[in-house]
Amino acid sequence: MSAFLAVVQRDLRLALRQGSDAALVLAFFVLAVVLFPFGVGPEPQLLARIAAGVVWVTALLAALLSLDRLFQLDYEDGSLEMLALTPLSLPSLVLAKCLAHWLTTGLPLVLAAPALAALLNLQTEGYFPLLLAMGLGTPSLSLVGAVGAALTLGARRAGVLLSLLVLPLYIPVLIFGVASVDQAVAGLAILPHLSILAAFLLAALPLAPLAAAAALRSALE
Amino acid sequence: MFEGLDFALDPGGALLLTGPNGSGKSSLLRVMAGLTPPVAGGLAWNGESLHEDPAAHRARLHFVGHLDALKPVLTAGESLAFWAAMRGGDHGAVQRALARFHLEALADLPCRFLSAGQRRRLALARLVASAAPLWLLDEPSTGLDEASTADLLAAIAEHRRGGGMIVAATHLDLPLERAALLALQDFAPRRAA
Repeated sequence: MSAFLAVVQRDLRLALRQGSDAALVLAFFVLAVVLFPFGVGPEPQLLARIAAGVVWVTALLAALLSLDRLFQLDYEDGSLEMLALTPLSLPSLVLAKCLAHWLTTGLPLVLAAPALAALLNLQTEGYFPLLLAMGLGTPSLSLVGAVGAALTLGARRAGVLLSLLVLPLYIPVLIFGVASVDQAVAGLAILPHLSILAAFLLAALPLAPLAAAAALRSALE
Repeated sequence: MFEGLDFALDPGGALLLTGPNGSGKSSLLRVMAGLTPPVAGGLAWNGESLHEDPAAHRARLHFVGHLDALKPVLTAGESLAFWAAMRGGDHGAVQRALARFHLEALADLPCRFLSAGQRRRLALARLVASAAPLWLLDEPSTGLDEASTADLLAAIAEHRRGGGMIVAATHLDLPLERAALLALQDFAPRRAA
């Protein structure tokens, strides 16, 4: 357990010292959302209709932006090899790195989402469901993304390959994330949609680290 | 790369892997660490196959490869403390390891300011910062000056006195007492002409 926390602490410290990476993800999220009113026009009705979808899609893209640095730097400087040789099992290592990744990129996205939804004139009933859905959905983005990042490790043009690999897997999170906000605005029950997001997270929590660990092992051979 | 290899290492023993570039010194070390599975054959610890319990094997080895695995933004002390924490080394052990390789003055310096030799010393200090009976060293003395090489040899000698084992791949002369030599070029696969 202490080794697990040591990895989380190290990754958080690295992210704070090289603050630009995490800030870049957040800046991309804000900028991309702000672009939409310029593109589709300023009518409040239209913006309110697309608010949830815009916030979710840009959050997915922002999360994607940060994935390639999940293992890449550790791989290049030999740290990953050394980490794989510590008594901490490889799936636990992946889980620790995902936790640190979510804390530095997923959580800021969750916290920024309501402010951006306000810019897009989201109706008041939608804010709380948006926070809940993002809170349940973004950890899955980090976990599923870790599998993609591990699979593309060392590949040429890994960034492009990573998007092609990971974005289709993000679709369930997108569908149910947007649906829970839309349902709330329409005055319908949101629990079924949130449950599916939670189920997706519960499935990804054990499976994604195992899959990513297998990919890392073959990358390190 | 190599075939027909058979060796054993006793507590306190040292094995030097020699051979020209590409003869498989690093590959053999990676096989011994469990990073790369052997194409054929196996390795055993006290008669027990390594593949039975890879986690137990990782707990009893230290591996120092070509890369130093240091982060530019972490200080030397933080880096060493992290790697020690991964293997259950405590604060006292980290301080001793820093002293052993004369790195105390650099402990608060971010690794991006360290020279190649200093980075190497920091990578080697990991060996002392937490205990493990088997040290796998890949060209450990590359980039070290004479004084630092002496520090390394002293650390190795102390490790062996305590019953520890060393396997080192080197093409530089590493003067280890009572070390067995394994020249890998003698085990190159014989291809049908």
